[in-house]
Amino acid sequence: MTFINYASREINCKIVYYGPGLGGKTTNLQYIYDSTAAQAKGKLISLATETDRTLFFDFLPLDLGTVRGFKTRFHLYTVPGQVFYDASRKLILKGVDGMVFVADSQRERMDANVESLFNLELNLKQHGYDLMKVPYVLQLNKRDLPNVVSTADLTAELHRKGEPVFEGVANRGVGVFDTLKAIAKQVLLELRKDGSG
Amino acid sequence: MATPVVLYETEYEQLKRAITRLCSDANAKFVFLVDRSGQQIASHGEMLNLDTTSLASLTAGNVAATDGLAHLIGERGFPVLSHEGERDNLHISIIAARVILVVIFDVRSSLGLVRLRVKRATAEMTSIFDLIDSKVERDRDLGMSLESPFAEITEEDIDALFN
Ligand SMILES: Nc1nc2c(ncn2[C@@H]2O[C@H](COP(=O)(O)OP(=O)(O)OP(=O)(O)O)[C@@H](O)[C@H]2O)c(=O)[nH]1
Ligand SMILES: [Mg+2]
Repeated sequence: MTFINYASREINCKIVYYGPGLGGKTTNLQYIYDSTAAQAKGKLISLATETDRTLFFDFLPLDLGTVRGFKTRFHLYTVPGQVFYDASRKLILKGVDGMVFVADSQRERMDANVESLFNLELNLKQHGYDLMKVPYVLQLNKRDLPNVVSTADLTAELHRKGEPVFEGVANRGVGVFDTLKAIAKQVLLELRKDGSG
Repeated sequence: MATPVVLYETEYEQLKRAITRLCSDANAKFVFLVDRSGQQIASHGEMLNLDTTSLASLTAGNVAATDGLAHLIGERGFPVLSHEGERDNLHISIIAARVILVVIFDVRSSLGLVRLRVKRATAEMTSIFDLIDSKVERDRDLGMSLESPFAEITEEDIDALFN
């Protein structure tokens, strides 16, 4: 939920990275963290298992700078992608302003993508949100691997509305900032329409 | 989308005063207000180098997870969470059903005292949040929408953020 603090002149927005397990959500945040100047970021918190699978969430606060006299801060979260963590996933969606879906381009992960996207729509609905109305970006990740579905086929299968689609190789940073910028833009433009409490 | 939470100068100052008083009345080290989605609202206290942004997000996660647990066993929620450490203790409670109050205290205080002071502060802060609600509602009834600072934002403004 966008939080507008007129006293400290700050706007905080919440972005959630969603998608199937091992798709590269945490890697997106890690890359953003690694390539952002120290003064513009807070700590990257990862609540993960011993094998680096997200257990509850990753969290990265990011200061984008000042727009129209307001400090603009984005809180980036990832959810755990593994199917059985659904209860935790649901909790993270609370108060979300924008969603990034990180799809795994590998042929054998196609079903997992579809399943996760379906799960996203369902969980959003339970919070009273409609994916069709939420700022939303689709990232087709792991484009560097040999066994990937073509971008056209993947897009045809996964896109839900006219959302921006980016190809990614998250561990090398490809597409990571394009994705972030696209979702940030949608979220901020949303505030133009709706400033009412 | 959910409408944004808005905090104005007047109410912010009132909340700030309330937690400052709570901090001294309870003999606490640090008092902190955060909304349920992890956004920091206000804080007061002596803890240097405390990473309040992380504190906010983990607190919200903690409360959300505990609420989830409560629902699983048929409870509406656990209104108070308390964690005891070797030096410092945490007292976490919910205000006006939507804001989380965190009190960090050590041996200079006690759980009993904190609980007592939190009770009074909760009543005070609940009325502040009710005030914010009625203000927002009144404006809406009058057909006024609160002026968004971003009402006139342009794509160029946003592009500039990423340079
Ligand atoms: N080859 C390749 N590997 C990637 C890419 N993106 C991420 N990875 C790797 O994929 C593995 C899983 O990435 P994570 O970011 O942990 O995946 P996740 O989506 O957070 O997974 P969960 O936490 O289980 O939901 C890691 O070993 C990453 O280094 C990519 O674009 N290409
Ligand atoms: Mg992860």
